[in-house]
Amino acid sequence: MEIERHEYDVVVIGAGGAGLRAAIEARQQGKRTAIICKSLFGKAHTVMAEGGAAAAMGNVNSDDNWMVHFRDTMRGGKFLNNWRMAELHAKEAPDRVWELEAWGALFDRTKDGKISQRNFGGHEYPRLAHVGDRTGLELIRTLQQRVVALQQEDEKLHGDPEAYIKVFAECTITRLLKDASSVHGKNGAISGAFGYWRETGKFVVFDAPAVVLATGGIGKSYVVTSNSWEYTGDGHALALLAGAQLINMEFIQFHPTGMVWPPSVRGILVTESVRGDGGVLRNSENRRFMFDYVPDVFKDKYATTEEEADRWYTDQANNRRPPELLPRDEVARAINAEVKAGRGSPQGGVFLDVSTRLPAAEIVKRLPSMHHQFKELADVDITKEPMQVGPTCHYIMGGVEVDADTGAASVPGLFAAGEVSGGMHGSNRLGGNSLSDLLVFGRRAGAGAAEYVNGLARRPAVSEAAVEDARAEALAPLERSGGENPYEVHHELQRTMNDLVGIIRKAEEISEALDAVEKLKERAQHTASPGGRIYNPGWHLALDLRNMLLVSECVARAALLREESRGGHTRDDYPKMSPEWRRKLLVCSATPDGDTVDVEERIQPSMRADLLALFDRTELSKYLTEGELTEYDAVKES
Amino acid sequence: MGYKAKFRVWRGEGGEGRLEDFTVEVNEGEVVLDVIHRLQATQAPDLAVRWNCKAGKCGSCSMEINGKPRLGCMTRMSTFEETETITVTPMRTFPVIKDLVTDVSFNYQKAREIPSFTPPTDVKPGEYRMQQIDVERSQEFRKCIECFMCNNVCHVIRDHEENKPAFAGPRFLMRIAELDMHPYDTADRKESAQQDHGLGYCNITKCCTEVCPEHIKITDNALIPMKERVVDRKYDPLVWLGNKIFRRSG
Repeated sequence: MEIERHEYDVVVIGAGGAGLRAAIEARQQGKRTAIICKSLFGKAHTVMAEGGAAAAMGNVNSDDNWMVHFRDTMRGGKFLNNWRMAELHAKEAPDRVWELEAWGALFDRTKDGKISQRNFGGHEYPRLAHVGDRTGLELIRTLQQRVVALQQEDEKLHGDPEAYIKVFAECTITRLLKDASSVHGKNGAISGAFGYWRETGKFVVFDAPAVVLATGGIGKSYVVTSNSWEYTGDGHALALLAGAQLINMEFIQFHPTGMVWPPSVRGILVTESVRGDGGVLRNSENRRFMFDYVPDVFKDKYATTEEEADRWYTDQANNRRPPELLPRDEVARAINAEVKAGRGSPQGGVFLDVSTRLPAAEIVKRLPSMHHQFKELADVDITKEPMQVGPTCHYIMGGVEVDADTGAASVPGLFAAGEVSGGMHGSNRLGGNSLSDLLVFGRRAGAGAAEYVNGLARRPAVSEAAVEDARAEALAPLERSGGENPYEVHHELQRTMNDLVGIIRKAEEISEALDAVEKLKERAQHTASPGGRIYNPGWHLALDLRNMLLVSECVARAALLREESRGGHTRDDYPKMSPEWRRKLLVCSATPDGDTVDVEERIQPSMRADLLALFDRTELSKYLTEGELTEYDAVKES
Repeated sequence: MGYKAKFRVWRGEGGEGRLEDFTVEVNEGEVVLDVIHRLQATQAPDLAVRWNCKAGKCGSCSMEINGKPRLGCMTRMSTFEETETITVTPMRTFPVIKDLVTDVSFNYQKAREIPSFTPPTDVKPGEYRMQQIDVERSQEFRKCIECFMCNNVCHVIRDHEENKPAFAGPRFLMRIAELDMHPYDTADRKESAQQDHGLGYCNITKCCTEVCPEHIKITDNALIPMKERVVDRKYDPLVWLGNKIFRRSG
């Protein structure tokens, strides 16, 4: 059977912020670029980002600069971050935000006409460029419109708007393809990608020497999540199956404030801006409980009384921050503990109140989406009563291990950016650092891919045998009858991960989850999807299951190995943070059939001396081993 | 708390189709999209529907519920009587691909026909200075989640396929207004709004405003002001005279 084929220089999988920014860069560098997205163009999960993009522009507080942002990011990630990524991110974020403005974005303004910046958890100064609470939408629309602008240019120049950049919407990639006559041995170079059109069910092969993964996260492996259906870990799985490694998979961010009621909307995000703009968390005893949960490493940076915390909103120079603005992992654990102790709200969350903190008109102006969301979905008027909120699976810090400067994975020709890549955020991401991450590393991955293509002596060739295998794999669920219902397998996986590898973990439960995942993998081999190939969601889900199971296994295996608690990984049986573990990354790899996942420990390279010098010794002593501190002292003296 | 609801859902592909009846469980707090998902999981695994965020932010799950364009994720079941039969059909203005999924490529085509943001060449990134009050008008239009329900409901194209080539629809006429009101946009969009994108077809019945899930005042704040800007230009006696003298228009 004939399969539709396309030839490109760079294929970008995913059309959220990272994917679009990568594609724009590749096209601007003269590469013929394809953007492939599972949904319609402009619908990516990035639209869900609410709070803003963190960039140390210093528009609101001129003391802000990249070094402060870098420090905040490392602290937020509990020093496990890839420090080079954190450095590049802090340095380049302002340029990436300003560039959006030149492409038509309209951020909220300061009085002197600059881009306004808002407070957010873990950020020392007001730092998030924003548009009300719909910043992600502004970002995606601006990038989408930039792609259109480039297409209009190409139409003028070449008579074809799609000559250099084309969007393949509602198209899902199921396999990456590698060089048939590999010069690199079994680690052959990328030669393209195989997928299917959702609309017709027909297959398509992209012949391309460089692939940028920008597929986002894995939240759909959990029941309670803020993530959309697309978040099935496709890029994570594609990378593993192609021979690349994933790092930090044990670190999952549970956003502290998701909706808890009604049940059907459980998990939908309530932006951190509510707290950034003055909202407070209370338990059923009406106590602002976050004051009881400030960890030692942050003790000197957070207010100890409500009065000081409240003064901070107007006078940041002389007061410390409210503890509601601790990094997300801390707040999520605190809420979890309050509910467990029986001090939760009627629907099993805690109260998040902005109604007594700001005038109604101001709430509607600053938090329009939240006002709308609660009114329409929960019959709650947030200008009059508190919201009920609880933790929700929001973001995975782990992902494809990449070179910080180029986004290159270990497989030649494979690149990754955004949530699907790992390292930048360490063990916990700060709010606002995601949108800026997309822009900074989307651009870098696009440039990295373009440069890689420039340096190639020949185009790697697509292996026809691999295409045939991919075709058979994709057709299997349609050809079986009377097999497992993919919706049921999915639902069981979600329950398993939610209950056993959730916000608080322990060895027995993780092992139980691994057994369950093993059985589900077996069942997923026998799913049957009735119906035809045209837009068949049951079939699409059956194919997505392979990816969700594979990443869930990585999460669980890494979580079982890491015997400490840090950021988005909390072990009930190992509640302390360990400086020894800080130096170690857990690296996942898999066999090409995905049957076996392997996890190894690797030592993380030491931070460059000039970056280390940005911290004082007292702070570092909370994170580093004695040996590392001795090195630090030696550098300081020299 | 839960009850069994009666649903009639349009099923079909390739121009053929029919309404199919279902009886399906509904629980407290659910929205129409939850019920569609339950149908997929329990009775009709291949029932096609688009959705992404399930929070009214992505504009994917546009459909017609009892004949009205709505987002499935923002239509609560509690707004219907338990005994009521709920009819769900695809958007009518766009060709059906399968079941509730339509071919919305018309919208992407139109998006590409609107000339992009055209900033002055001498302002560098980082140098933009704008007042909040000056960006707010365009910001309202940038709240658009591109659910395309305004284009779906607009009578100019809803049952008039022949008007599609000449008419951008409310979504993209609003995009023109958004750019025209952008403090740094330098392009002249008034003439083309009328001539190339069909602003004149709009007779301000406000159907688009009524269905907008973001409550954008499309007609009052975008289309009518844009019409006024066009008229100002067209009937300005000085402009008219200038055109006569310098352009020798025919």
